[in-house]
Amino acid sequence: MSWKPTPQTEDKLTKLLGAYPDRKAACIPALFLAQDELGWVPDDAIAWVSEKLGMAKSMVEGVATFYTMFNMEKIGKHHLELCTNISCSLCGAEQVLEALEKELGIKAGETTPDGLFTLHEVECLATCGMGPAMQVHDRIFEGITLEKVPEIIKELKGEG
Amino acid sequence: MDSYLTRNFDRPDAKTLAGYEKLGGFRTARKALGMKPEDVVAQVKAANLRGRGGAGFPAGVKWGFLPDNGKPRYLVVNADEGEPGTFKDRQLMERDPYQLLEGILITCHAIKAKVAYIYVRGELVHAARFLEECIEEMRFKHYLGKRCMGMPMELDVFVHRGAGAYICGEETALLNSLEGKRGEPRLKPPFPAVEGAFADPTIVNNVESIANIPHILEHGGEWFAKLGVEGDGGTRIFGVSGHVRKPGLYERPVGYNLRTLLFEDCGGIRGGNQLKAVIPGGSSTPVLLPSEIDIPLSIEGLQGAGSMVGSAAIIVMDETVCTVRAMWRLSRFYHHESCGQCTPCRDGCGWIEKIMERIEFGKGVPEDLETLEKTAHGLSGTTICPLADACAMPTLGFLGKFRKEFEEHIEKKECPYGNAFVPPWEVD
Ligand SMILES: Cc1cc2nc3c(=O)[nH]c(=O)nc-3n(C[C@H](O)[C@H](O)[C@H](O)COP(=O)(O)O)c2cc1C
Ligand code: SF4
Ligand code: FES
Repeated sequence: MSWKPTPQTEDKLTKLLGAYPDRKAACIPALFLAQDELGWVPDDAIAWVSEKLGMAKSMVEGVATFYTMFNMEKIGKHHLELCTNISCSLCGAEQVLEALEKELGIKAGETTPDGLFTLHEVECLATCGMGPAMQVHDRIFEGITLEKVPEIIKELKGEG
Repeated sequence: MDSYLTRNFDRPDAKTLAGYEKLGGFRTARKALGMKPEDVVAQVKAANLRGRGGAGFPAGVKWGFLPDNGKPRYLVVNADEGEPGTFKDRQLMERDPYQLLEGILITCHAIKAKVAYIYVRGELVHAARFLEECIEEMRFKHYLGKRCMGMPMELDVFVHRGAGAYICGEETALLNSLEGKRGEPRLKPPFPAVEGAFADPTIVNNVESIANIPHILEHGGEWFAKLGVEGDGGTRIFGVSGHVRKPGLYERPVGYNLRTLLFEDCGGIRGGNQLKAVIPGGSSTPVLLPSEIDIPLSIEGLQGAGSMVGSAAIIVMDETVCTVRAMWRLSRFYHHESCGQCTPCRDGCGWIEKIMERIEFGKGVPEDLETLEKTAHGLSGTTICPLADACAMPTLGFLGKFRKEFEEHIEKKECPYGNAFVPPWEVD
């Protein structure tokens, strides 16, 4: 294994185990811990979780691939997840998607060549009354308009 | 008092334990923890609290299904809010987290559970983090632990985050996901109350259901029952989205009139446009026509109109909306979210999506409508969980009520509404 989690990550996992009667239940949180460190879930992360929780690697992989929030491939620094489900689409998400694609020069599902942005369409973000909504890691943008698109991109670029 | 669940939403001071207590918080928990568990359950039964997660099962009755077999019991709070149009649970967690936690404390006393999990949708990062901080504060103050609030009751609460799969909102999929597995629904029976989390008796309840509990215990089950209609008590938080002037959350008594909500409280339709269609209870519930909305928002009221109150998420569409496009968008969602265990669901949702797309883009053929109907009927009631029905019901609803529009697309070989919804900036 070339990747080793930091001691803090190991500690967090140990603490997590206390929440469950069966250590396998920590599979999703453990995958999150690895992804928080690496930005995605490479084989090394799967191997770490499998070793720590006493699960077969194929089981851990089965879990990781079931859930859309685990990135099985490297993604851009800023992960833009625009909701295009019904309520947001009724309020302009389709046009916002087009504007984002144009601004970034990529299509949904792609990453910009400089590795800064990955754009995805996602399902409802539980912000339906304030849409269109877009999540960027732990931030949520609401009521996005065409004018706001370049502003949001500029702001995120400014954060490096 | 017509609203209680949202009363602290605009009070930032409610977000700390001390602030919440100043507003009267945890007084009821103290009282309820001194009551016999059976008496707490009796109040919830008398309240006619119907589950707020979508299925509407009476909470008190469900709690009564727990077997007395000496096994550990769990409460699992369903905070996987993912039904398109639904946005109440996130707000309940972010704007008044202690209300939910007080509900959990009382519920666990009533059902004799020593561990509760809040299964928070993975995307709701803030809600999960905030709840964790609040739980930490409660542990620190011994509101949780070996002797909660100094009473002979043991409880700990943990936040478990999902990771992006709508199907995990279905309670048995949620339990698998909690156990660290793929979120695939289980065959029922056994029901979770008998064999749930870690194969032990488990009560799964929605966030809003549990947030109601302190109020039921504070004012009594009878008070709660009287707020609503017969057999369906309390208020509900209606989430209105789409083409009304003032979308948002509206807490109203069960039985409130749908037309009043949309045309008075929400300010009517944007730009003075005509109303075309209303999805009354989240994306899986059959659509209503403008002529059908003079109805009480209750489980029975919507049943009478051929639909469902579901998660109380009301999606409003004005005259500019192409209903074929709307249904295509929904079918994409259900196809994407099918877990793939059952062939009718895995394939059927895919077919519906394909046909809807083809019709929307002018490539439909007249036989498509019959195929749609057949496929949708083939989905209903043939699968492990109701996700397949959740795709079939709106399909049949839209096709039944807007058939003309479907036919028009096929005849003209194009979408008469242009290939996009009209955004707000082109209306107001
Ligand atoms: C496909 C599907 C998705 C569901 N999603 C949710 C959800 O996001 N939140 C929720 O509380 N219930 C959801 N439910 C309903 C749950 O299975 C369950 O009935 C509910 O959590 C019980 O709590 P309640 O009785 O308090 O409503 C869903 C059901 C299905 C079939
Ligand atoms: S009906 Fe669909 S979502 Fe439900 S278990 Fe079957 S395949 Fe999975
Ligand atoms: S539909 Fe976009 S947040 Fe719900």
